[in-house]
Amino acid sequence: MMHTADMMKAVAQFRGDAILVPGRSGRYWINLSDNQRLDVEVGDPAMGGHAGLGLGLALARPDKKVMLFDSEGDILMSLGMLATVAEQSPKNLYHFLIDNGVYATTGGQPVPNADNIAYDVIARGCGYPRTFAFTEIGDFERELPGIMAAPGPVFVACKVVPEIENEPISRRRRWQTRTREEVVRDFRAELGVAK
Amino acid sequence: MSEAAAALSPETVLAEMKRHGVTHVVYLPDSETNWLYLLMKADPAIHLVGVGREGNACSIAAGLWLGGAKPVVLIQNTGMLEAGDSIRGWLMSLNVPVVLMVGYRGWTRHGVTTDTVATYTERFLMAFGLNYYLVENDADSSRISVAFEEAERTQRPVVILVGDEYHGFNR
Repeated sequence: MMHTADMMKAVAQFRGDAILVPGRSGRYWINLSDNQRLDVEVGDPAMGGHAGLGLGLALARPDKKVMLFDSEGDILMSLGMLATVAEQSPKNLYHFLIDNGVYATTGGQPVPNADNIAYDVIARGCGYPRTFAFTEIGDFERELPGIMAAPGPVFVACKVVPEIENEPISRRRRWQTRTREEVVRDFRAELGVAK
Repeated sequence: MSEAAAALSPETVLAEMKRHGVTHVVYLPDSETNWLYLLMKADPAIHLVGVGREGNACSIAAGLWLGGAKPVVLIQNTGMLEAGDSIRGWLMSLNVPVVLMVGYRGWTRHGVTTDTVATYTERFLMAFGLNYYLVENDADSSRISVAFEEAERTQRPVVILVGDEYHGFNR
């Protein structure tokens, strides 16, 4: 298995001027990003929706790549979203799944059937034209240039080591540097869209 | 007034959407929206995004708006109840000025309903602090504009409760 930070570091090399949705992995991405104004770092507004956020952005901005870091807990909560993404088939959407097999923020309880789900197969079954699954960082790094060079939508499942935060939320280190309102304001200003 | 004259026509709804610059309709069909769906599908100015669960519509709409598009969410009240956390998280907490057109299943003008989803619909909206407008027929269509304008002015979601649905199957 790979580490989330290493996986993201590999992806960061291909970011360019893409819109990036960190999902619930923002604490890793914030140290890698070279353009925070195009990071839609809104935390976790409601579980299960990050893929939808990425899809909406991809449809609204077909001129830009959208790179999305999703989680298996979010996907399990909204499996139908994969069918919607596949039907819309945005060529600019690059959907990365960070699968640690657990609900890491609530103490590391396993997601249902954690060891036996093939998310890339589910995505392919929903109609994604290209899907991949990786467990080793070397394999991922080797294939990533080809993945990013071809059009989306693509689904890339990465099995990562769980990094569990088993502290009450109020005691956890706050890594965010901007409020949600500031993120929205900065992002829309960067895109040049109205208020 | 004849039944046809009393209905909310899908042409009216689509015209209101276009008048307010709607680019995308994120939807899950309810019992009588087929005629509206066919109209929207035939209109190149409207991009349809179908979802399998109403909560999914909220984050998609948020992404569309963040990217500069103008979405509408078209769902039924049953699905609105299911989508509560997504409405709170993706639409309200991100201040997305989106109009949700919600089919008001079970609603009756005389107020006696046997459908519990109607019982809880307005209570749900009041609990969430979401403003809403009831639209029953074409004569009420100006309320659709009111909702769009209010969403923009307040930068919050606003709900249109469609009390008589679209009578698509009655044509």
